[in-house]
Amino acid sequence: MSLNNDIGFFRVLLTIILAMCLRIAPLTGDWALLNPDWVLLVLIYWSLYLPERVGIFHAWIFGLLTDVLLGRMLGQYALAYSLIIYVCLKLHKRLRQFPLLQQGLFIFFCLLLSQILLFFIKNLQHPAQLQASFWLPVFTGTFSWPLVYGLLSFVSMFRRIKQ
Amino acid sequence: MALLVTEHVNSKLGGIRTTISIFVDPLKYLVSLPTTIVEQLADSATTYRALKAENERLREEQLIHQTRLLKFAALEKENIRLRALLENSFKLGEQVLVAELLSVNMAPYEHILVVNKGTRFGVHPQQPVLDANGVVGQVFRALPFTSEIMLITDPNHAIPVQVNRNGLLTIAVGSGQLNRLILPFLPSNADIRPGDLLITSGLGGTFPQGYPVAVVDEFTAQPNKAFATITATPKALLDRNRELMIVWSKSVPVPLIAKPTVSEEGAPDVVK
Repeated sequence: MSLNNDIGFFRVLLTIILAMCLRIAPLTGDWALLNPDWVLLVLIYWSLYLPERVGIFHAWIFGLLTDVLLGRMLGQYALAYSLIIYVCLKLHKRLRQFPLLQQGLFIFFCLLLSQILLFFIKNLQHPAQLQASFWLPVFTGTFSWPLVYGLLSFVSMFRRIKQ
Repeated sequence: MALLVTEHVNSKLGGIRTTISIFVDPLKYLVSLPTTIVEQLADSATTYRALKAENERLREEQLIHQTRLLKFAALEKENIRLRALLENSFKLGEQVLVAELLSVNMAPYEHILVVNKGTRFGVHPQQPVLDANGVVGQVFRALPFTSEIMLITDPNHAIPVQVNRNGLLTIAVGSGQLNRLILPFLPSNADIRPGDLLITSGLGGTFPQGYPVAVVDEFTAQPNKAFATITATPKALLDRNRELMIVWSKSVPVPLIAKPTVSEEGAPDVVK
C-alpha cells in the first residue's frame, strides 16, 4: 500500500514539474502575458482530490521552488500558495461536489487572491506601476481550469485503475 | 510564512536561493531544449555550399577587422601615452565570456533574460553584458548554473551614458519597451539631437567606458517643463540575440606611466 502511495505522490510531483515547465515556457510577445499560473492550478486540483497527500507544507515548498524559478523575492509565491491551499483544504469536501461552473468561480477567486497578494508584496518592495495585463493570467487561468481538471482527473483515474 | 517575506528584506537568503536553484535550474534547460534542438537541426541542415559561402564571408570580415585592430593597437598606445601626459589613468583589457540565451520566460512585464552561464563560470551580479552592437544590460542575479540578466530597457534599470559627439553626461532609463530608452534628466537647451550616439560614460563603475548604448531618435523641448523628453533606440539587438557576452572589466587601472609590455597583453581571455 505504501508503495502505491509513493507512486501516487510521484505522479503529483511529475504534474507539478510539468506545470513549472509550462510556467516558464518561451511564449512570444503578448502570449506571455496570458500565461496562467499553472503551478497553482495543479496544486489546487491535487489539494481538492488528494487532500491527504498534498498539504500546506507541499504548497509552501513548491511555492518556494516557483520563487526561485521565476527569480522573484523569496517567499512570495510560497506565501500565496500555502494560503490558497489552506482554503482549498478547508473546503475540499464541499468543492468536490460543485459543478464545474461553480468550481470555476471558486478558482477565479483563488487566482485573484494569489495575484492580489503578489501585487501587494511587489508594491511593498518598491512601488511599481503595472499594466492592466498583470491581471490577465487570472482570467486565462480560470478558463484553463476545465483543461487542468480534465487532464489531471485522467491522471488520477489512471492511478486508480492501476490499483 | 510571512516571516520569510520580511526576512528577505535583509537579503541574507542568497545561500538558500542558490541551493534551491540547483533543483530548479534543470527545468530551465529542459524548457529551452526544444528551441535548442530546432536550432541545431537547422544548423546541421545547412548545405555545404552555404557553409562555404559563409566561411568565406567570415574570413573576409576577419581580415578587415584584423587590419582595423592593428591600427587600434597603435591608437591605444598613443592614447595611453597622451593620458600619461595629462596625468590621467586609463582602463583597458576586458575579459569576455560568451553566454547563450535560454529560451525561458520568467516575468512578462520585466525585461529579464536567462543565460546558461552562472557562478560556476565566475559570473557575479552587476557585471555588464554586451552583444556585437552594444550594451545589453547587466547581470542581475547569478545562480550556479544560470544567471539572470536585466536589460537596459527594464523600467527599473538606468545606465549612465555620454553623448559621443560632445561628451554630455546623462542617464538613460529603461522604458519597459524593448526598443526605447528615455533620457529624463536633460534640460530643454541641452546640446543633443536626433542621431547622436550615446556611449557608456563609465560613471557608476558598473559599465566600462566607451561602449555604444543607443542612438537618440527624438528630442522634444517642453517649454513649460524643466526637462526635455528625449527617447533613444538601443543599439544592441535586445530581442533577436542568442549569444551574449558577459564582461569582466579590469578593476585596476593601468598606472600612469605604463610598462608597455605588460599592458599590451590584455587579459588571459576565455574568448577574445
